[in-house]
Amino acid sequence: MIRKLPTLDFQSVSRIFSGGVYALKEVSFSIPAGGLTAVIGPSGCGKTTLLRIAAGLERATTGSVKLIGPDGGAYERASENLSVCFQDARLLPWRNVTDNVALPLELAGVSRNERIARANQVIAAAGLSSAQARLPAQLSGGMRMRVALARTLVTSPDVLLLDEPCSAVDEFTRMQLDEEIFRVWQVSGATTMLITHSVSEAVWLADQIVVMNMGSIHEIRKVALPRNARNRTSAAFLLEVETVMRSLACAAGVVVE
Amino acid sequence: MMRVMKSIRMIAAPVIAVTFILVAWQIAVMMSGVSAFLVPSPLAIGQTMWASSDRLIGGAIQTAMASTIGFVIAAVIGILVGSMIAAVPFLRRSLYPLATILQMVPLVAVAPLLVIWLGFGLPTAIAAATVVAVFPVLAATIDGQVSVDPGLREFFLLHGASAWTRWRKLDLPASIPAIVTGLRIAAGLAVIGAIVGEFVSGYGGPNAPLGIVIMTAMREARTDLVFAAIALSAVVGFALFGAVSCLGWLLVSRWHASGVNSLEQSK
Repeated sequence: MIRKLPTLDFQSVSRIFSGGVYALKEVSFSIPAGGLTAVIGPSGCGKTTLLRIAAGLERATTGSVKLIGPDGGAYERASENLSVCFQDARLLPWRNVTDNVALPLELAGVSRNERIARANQVIAAAGLSSAQARLPAQLSGGMRMRVALARTLVTSPDVLLLDEPCSAVDEFTRMQLDEEIFRVWQVSGATTMLITHSVSEAVWLADQIVVMNMGSIHEIRKVALPRNARNRTSAAFLLEVETVMRSLACAAGVVVE
Repeated sequence: MMRVMKSIRMIAAPVIAVTFILVAWQIAVMMSGVSAFLVPSPLAIGQTMWASSDRLIGGAIQTAMASTIGFVIAAVIGILVGSMIAAVPFLRRSLYPLATILQMVPLVAVAPLLVIWLGFGLPTAIAAATVVAVFPVLAATIDGQVSVDPGLREFFLLHGASAWTRWRKLDLPASIPAIVTGLRIAAGLAVIGAIVGEFVSGYGGPNAPLGIVIMTAMREARTDLVFAAIALSAVVGFALFGAVSCLGWLLVSRWHASGVNSLEQSK
């Protein structure tokens, strides 16, 4: 069966907090079906608010976020076809890895045998089989995030929203998690939005980068690098990182010369 | 081997302290010549315990029964009502301050009312135990459930969980460490409540509870028996506290901070 993935479409999304403070101002862009778009920008630029509106955790003051089906019509939005991974792993401390990964299926009413089987599949694919009986407190920060990423896959979602999943780990673990995010994206084939602070992470993972500042979009940039050229030490990769870095610095009004 | 030594040290410390206090007490009574009516020696209390063991054990069983039943009722009411108050902001604003004020009313003042409503006997002792034990459980349940990680709540919201599902799978388990703390405080209070209930409800007979044994011994000027009954009531309180602590340890030690630390130390 061919999956019909949706396009995630932000249409003039604004979010105004009390006191008239704009968190987002007329933000419009689309994440193509099956694509991975990274949203980068300095702290407080509205990235996370944008993701929370896409997840349905906050309302846009004006504008809308829509899932559009391949035929151009509305795409049914359900908790099973949209998965979110937050900055913190958000695992239940009294449940082991398997039961944490199986939780979304449990909440969807899937039978115990089926949800454990599906959870074990994604745990094995993430290379976490040896840790499946462990509690979150017995895992490192990086492993906890890998469990959280595995949990996003267990419902086979069509849309993945990743909110700085690597923000709380060291550089080496970040690179490992980037590979895991890439694997998760490839396995799920989902339309993916990644919020990140890291330009190199955005360039390495995304096919489109949205540079934001002060609640507005500064630039939408296609990453032209072919997948096999995304070597972190290659000249083409470093050039792309520098270009995006300059765009970000320009948006934030920072002089880089 | 290290763990065995640690366990021995943990048990030995209070045993040494209690032995020291008893020996000092015995010497002080012998040296001062104070009347046994005022302060009997530990040895005299021990002899009375042995001689009146049937009466004291029968009384302790009655008091333990009243305390335990009162404690269990308080635990059920405290957890259920506390969960409702935690879940509904209106109840939190209206009932929680009221419960706090009611908790300030001294039990001794309320106990005669319980006799009027429930009559003389075991039900009054149980009700008195419940009245004093319910608030710590209620307060701990509310505190535990309102401080559940908002991120985890959001996760359940994202997956469309109903309020009932969220309570069963998140709020209740997440608040167990707080509830266990409330239950441990309630365990000690339940015994105090039961004894006060026994004081006012005045039921006697061959298996008179410890509260009645204490009152009767006081009227008979048997200070040694008063001390013996007090010691046994402390044992009842300690047993209930210990049982609750063990239950709490079984429930949370694997994942709560204290248990996790001990897991890491044992590696």
